[in-house]
Formats: sequence, C-alpha cells, structure tokens
Amino acid sequence: MTFFLVSSIAKVVVVFTAILVTVALTTLVERRICAFIQDRLGPNRVGPQGLLQPAADGLKSLLKEETLPVRADKALFLLAPAISFTPALLTFAVIPFAAPLPTRWGDVPMVVADLPVGFLYILAISSLGVYGVTLAGWSSNNKYALLGGLRASAQMISYEIAMGMSTVAVLLLAGNVTLSRVIAQQQAGGWYVLSLLLAFFIFLVSAFAETNRVPFDLPEAEGELIAGYHTEYSAMKFSMFYIAEYANMLTASALMATLFFGGWDIPFTSWDNGPPWTLAKTLATGAVFCVKTACFMFLYIWVRWTLPRFRYDQLMALGWKVLLPLALVYLTVLATAVWYLKEQLGWAYGPAFGWALFGLNAVLAGLLFWWLDRGRIVSGSVARAEGEV
Amino acid sequence: MNKRTVELELATPGLDAQGRPVRVPLTVGGTGGGEVAGQVAVEPGSEHMLLNIGPQHPATHGVLRLVVELDGEVVVRCIPHVGYLHSGFEKLGEYRHYNQIIPLTDRTDYLSPMANNVGFALAAERLMGIAITPRCTVLRVIACEMSRVISHMVWLGTTAIDLGAFTPFLWAFQERERIYDLQEMWTGARLTTSVTRVGGMMADIPDAFVTGLRHFTETFPKTLHEIDGVLTRNAVWVGRTQNVGVLRREEAINHSLSGPMLRASGVAYDLRRDKPYLDYETYDFDVPVGEHGDVYDRYLVRLEECHQSNRILQQALARLPDGPVNVDDPRVILPSKSRAMSDMEAMIYHFKQVMEGVKAPVGEAYVGIENPKGELGTYLVSDGSAKPVRWRIRPPSFINLSSLPKMAEGHLLSDLIAINASVDIVMGEVDR
Repeated sequence: MTFFLVSSIAKVVVVFTAILVTVALTTLVERRICAFIQDRLGPNRVGPQGLLQPAADGLKSLLKEETLPVRADKALFLLAPAISFTPALLTFAVIPFAAPLPTRWGDVPMVVADLPVGFLYILAISSLGVYGVTLAGWSSNNKYALLGGLRASAQMISYEIAMGMSTVAVLLLAGNVTLSRVIAQQQAGGWYVLSLLLAFFIFLVSAFAETNRVPFDLPEAEGELIAGYHTEYSAMKFSMFYIAEYANMLTASALMATLFFGGWDIPFTSWDNGPPWTLAKTLATGAVFCVKTACFMFLYIWVRWTLPRFRYDQLMALGWKVLLPLALVYLTVLATAVWYLKEQLGWAYGPAFGWALFGLNAVLAGLLFWWLDRGRIVSGSVARAEGEV
Repeated sequence: MNKRTVELELATPGLDAQGRPVRVPLTVGGTGGGEVAGQVAVEPGSEHMLLNIGPQHPATHGVLRLVVELDGEVVVRCIPHVGYLHSGFEKLGEYRHYNQIIPLTDRTDYLSPMANNVGFALAAERLMGIAITPRCTVLRVIACEMSRVISHMVWLGTTAIDLGAFTPFLWAFQERERIYDLQEMWTGARLTTSVTRVGGMMADIPDAFVTGLRHFTETFPKTLHEIDGVLTRNAVWVGRTQNVGVLRREEAINHSLSGPMLRASGVAYDLRRDKPYLDYETYDFDVPVGEHGDVYDRYLVRLEECHQSNRILQQALARLPDGPVNVDDPRVILPSKSRAMSDMEAMIYHFKQVMEGVKAPVGEAYVGIENPKGELGTYLVSDGSAKPVRWRIRPPSFINLSSLPKMAEGHLLSDLIAINASVDIVMGEVDR
C-alpha cells in the first residue's frame, strides 16, 4: 500500500512536470515550425536556439497586468481558466506511456492510474473543458467573447459525439475500455489504425475540432472574433487557456497514439510485448510513445499553418451530417464484421483478423472519399479554377 | 441607466468657451453601440444583437467600422461607418503647388503609392499640356505595375489571414518586401515614394534597379504558384469563398465598381486596355475576367493580374529606352543644383519654381488610371495659378466599399469578414 502510494505520487509529479514542460516546449516548437513553413527564422534569441523562449514568455505572463472587465461576472470570470486548464491535465492520467517498470518492490505500471473505466474517464473529463470555454465567453460581458463561447460549446459538444462513436469501434474490437488492455490487444494483433482505419479518420477530425485548432478554430477566429472567448483575458489567466489548448493537443495526440497506433508498442518486434520487464524496455517503449505523440503534435502544427478555417455552418454540417452518420453506419458495419469473424468463423483477434478488417476498411474508405469528393469539393474547384481566368 | 462624464486629466480644464465640458458624456451600460450607431438601434426585447466590428478590429484593414445587426450569426444589416482616417487631403491640395501635392497622394492609397503619384502627375500634365518623354512613360508603367503587385500581395495576404490561413500572408509579404527594396533603391523611400514630378520623375532609376527588377520578375511567379497551390484548390478555401458575396454583372455596374471587383463580376473593363494612358496600348497583356462575381473569382482575378503585371514589367524592362527622363522645359522642371548655383538663368527658374510653383492654364482635367483597387480618378480645376482650386480624387476602394452591405446582408458573420476582405479597401483612400 505504501509502495502504491509512493509510486503513484512519484508518477503524478513526473507526468505533471513532463506535460507542462512538453507544453512549454511545444509552444516554441510550433513557432519554429511555423517559421520554417513561412520561410523565416522564428524565435531564436532567448537561449540556445530560443530554448528559453517559453520561460521568457511565462515570466512575461506572470508580470503582466491582470485585467477584469467592468461588468464581468467576477467569480466565473476567474474560475473559467481553471476549469479549462484542469481537465486538460487530468485526462492524461489514464494513458499508459511505457512498459511497466520493474523495481525491487514489484512492477510499476507506467500509467498514473490504470482505471478499469479508462476511456470512459477520458470522455467524461475532456468534455468538462467546454465549461471553461463557455463560461469564459459568457462571463466576460463581451459580445465577441460570447459568440466565441457559444461557438465553442456547440462545436465541442457536436464533435464529442462523433469522437465517442469512433472510439466505440475501438472498444468493440478490444472488448475492454482499459487503455492498457487496448494496447495489449494491438501488440497481439496489429495496430488498430489498420483494422479501424475509418474510426481513426473520424477520431482524427474530431480531435482537431475538440482541441479548437485550425481548421476548426472558430471559437477564437482572430479575423472575426478578435480572440473569441478569451478576448478579455490577460496575463496568467490567458496563459492558462493557452496551456490548456496545448495540453489538450498533447492528450489528443497521445490518445491517437494509444488507441490506433499501439501506444508504447514498438513496431516490428515482440521484444517489448511481455515480461520479463526491464528498465531498457521501459525506456525504449517510453521513447517510442513520445515519438508517436510527437508525430501527431507535428501534424497539428503542420495543418494549422497550412489550412484556412471553416465557416461555422460548414463546421456543424461536417459534424452532424457527415461524421456522425458515418460513425453510426461504420459502427454497424464493423459490429457485423466482428460478429461474423468471431462468432461465425470462430477467429480470435490476431493478425489475420486485423488484415480482414483492414480489407473491409480500405473498401469503405475508398467509397467514403469518392463520396466526399463527388465532383463538388476537390474536382469541382479544380474544374472551376481551370475553366476561368 | 447611469450616465457619467469621464474627464481626463489634461492640461486644459476640459471646458469649452461656454463653460460646458468638452468631452461627451460616456454612457455606462445601456445599449452601447446602439446609441452611437443611431439609426441601427435594435428594439428592446428583440432577438437581434448589435455588434460593432471596428474601428479597432483585426479584420477591418485599418479603421473601418461596421455596425452589424446579427440574428444569431446571420448579418441582418450592415452599415459601414467611414471617416476615422479623414485627413482632408483634397482640401490640403488647394493650398499647395502641384508638385507639393504629390507627397499627399502617397498617403491616400498607401499600399500603391507609386501608382497614385503617376495618376496625379498625369492629370497635372494634361492640365498643363505637357508631353512626357518616352523613358519617363516606360518608367511610369514600371511604377504602376510594381504598385499593382505589392497591393495585390497585401490583399492576398490579409484576405488569407482573415480566412484563417496565415502562411500565404508571409509568403506574399516577402515578395512585397522585395518590391519595397526596389522602391527604396529608386526613391529612397519604401512607403511614401513621391516618385513622380509634373513633367517627369523625381529621379532616374539607379544602375542596379533594372537587374534587381528583372530578377524579381523571374522569381516572382514561383511564389504565385506556391500561393496558388496552397489556396486555389483547397477545399476549405473554396468552401469559404465560392458563392459568397455574389455581385452580378448589372449590380456591379450599378454600384459603379471598378478594378478587380468589377472584372470578377464578368465585366471586362480595364482602363489600361479600354482607355489607354501612358503607352499601355502597346503592351501585350490579358485582362482576367471572372464569371460568378463571388469572393473566389475576385481572388482568381487578382492572382492572375499579378501574373499579367509581371508580364508587363518584363516587357517594360525590355523596351526601356535611353534618353532624358524629364521634359526639357525649364518652367516645369527644376534645373540641376550645380546649374542653379552657377548659371544665372537657371537660378532664376529655380527661384521662380520654388517660390511661385508651376502655373497651370485656366481649365480642368480628369485622368483615370487603373489602380490596383480600381479606377483612380484625379480631377483638377485650375484658375491659372500654381495651385489647383479643386483637387478631387475618385477613390476606387471607397466606391467599391459602398457595395458591402448589399453583398453581406443575409450572409454569416464569417462571410462578412471574407466579403469585406475581398473588396480590398485601404482606409487612407476611403477616408482621404
């Protein structure tokens, strides 16, 4: 019991610190990457390669003046950043980030809390974040903030449904909501990104929408709403929204890695899959997990500095008219396929099972993209662009 | 509703001659913008919301203020308020010699200062009956087309930002920087060029200019293709711009639009081709015309105009003749400093020009040129003195802006931003 307590506290401290440091570094990395995309240098003055820039930014935030709009609802105005900030950090608790670490007193699972309800916990906590955003927008007594808050609440609720639906597919296949079980399944039978390609697609789009990143950054669309829900926020309160945004990105990236890319599983080897656990395994798997997460973080940044943003009605139409029906239909098809493979053919989940599902997914994905395009999104504009001028 | 007067601690007591406070009482609470907007007051209990976009707002390109009545996010009414940047240029011009007005033209449409300089100089020369030299003509064409490129680059970048795409903005601004470097090389100034004089230019181009500009024309299309690649077929960009802010042919004409706004609506009207000035009729270039009159077509038209400007620049560089830049008329053109100091006659002309200015005969003149934003008209009335009695600018972006409410009403708030961006306004010119 003492060991459990001590190891848990140690893990909480380590993970908390790691997240905050990663978030700080991500802000720098994003600026350097976007500078690269935009053919400029980015911040490189503070410390070697600008590495101390996040520290300078943090210090600046601390020293800036806190402003409070005259007729704002003071209590909620102060509470909102905290409500936004806390769930963003809490969600990471159930994500396993490496193979268990052997110690003299027993193996330590490398997850802060390996909850049996793992994924349900994530869905529950991450949907709390919307309260922070909505309350911030409402309590600021600012029309732009209000519009931003309203947009955010509608958007996050809409995409939560599609996101939840896409994860049902994962749970259907894994037969379990504990994330360490989901990872073990993928180690055994191949990553879910193959067998659940469409679910990954839906999850990816929803995750972008959930984290309010371009092309779904309407709640803070700077061209229209100045800064959206955090227009009136300054100094540390603003920084908390900022950190929350990046922490959410980090969690979403880690989730994508965990649910669809095998978590801390090292591909093309089964060395890391089972006991005996060693320190080397823990470190190697931890590094692999970090790389996978970093890839998704890079994807976030890459997309942000490439695409324009959607319009509000287009966003809602995409969520309700495309992603949600798609997720529902996909779930039905997938459930049937899994039932057929498991019950009728008597297969257990393994590589053959995975490949069979991948075949099905590839066909469905081909159909989906043909239908999405249908001469009206990509080909339509190409035809017009060439027909004109 | 509690009213209170806000007094700032100024050196003055804050009272006017009658002892009343100079500051208007600020209303705390109440309907806010509704009172200021006057005619747009939303009735109490209505579901509509009144939103002030601007004059301080990232998407109003300066100090335009849009009073918008919103039903949810749908724009029910949109009333543009202008005048926040009014500088009284036209009135100032009535107290200045013709050459002294040229710096004022820099500051109207400050995104294409060289073209404004050319527009004014052409009008003044028509008023005075001066024929400029061949080299000057070609240099002015170069100045106009360089302006078109930088103006369209700013438009492209800011519109992309308004629609959420940040990266094309910096790509576009890098090209603009390169033109600015050339402008600096030529005139010593990047923004306020004042490049023309009545009867010529303020200076001939320096030696490295032709090489620099040629290098620019060779490398510029690459950036255009990159921007084209990242936006033109981008499903999000297309979704945001197609069928947004549509103006049909007749509507565009009725609103007296000009420039890319008019051509995007399908009217092939370009002053360079239809009412040639300088020697544009001898250049080989196409006039891109849109078909649907929406934001997307305006984007395509402007993008293509950049290519065409590039073609004109290349042709102009190829034909640039040698010879004098300024007309050989000592009453119009200042003698060189060395001559003014050594030659009695030159000194007299120098003195008369500086003290009295160049006199124009009694009459009036109008010259319209195809500025990046549309037809920039310059109308001058002379009473025979060295200063115009009336200098009137036909500001293309002000007139184009007048169609904004018609285009925006019924669209979403996000579309309003896209439409406003597509007009390509510059407040220095709108408010003058």
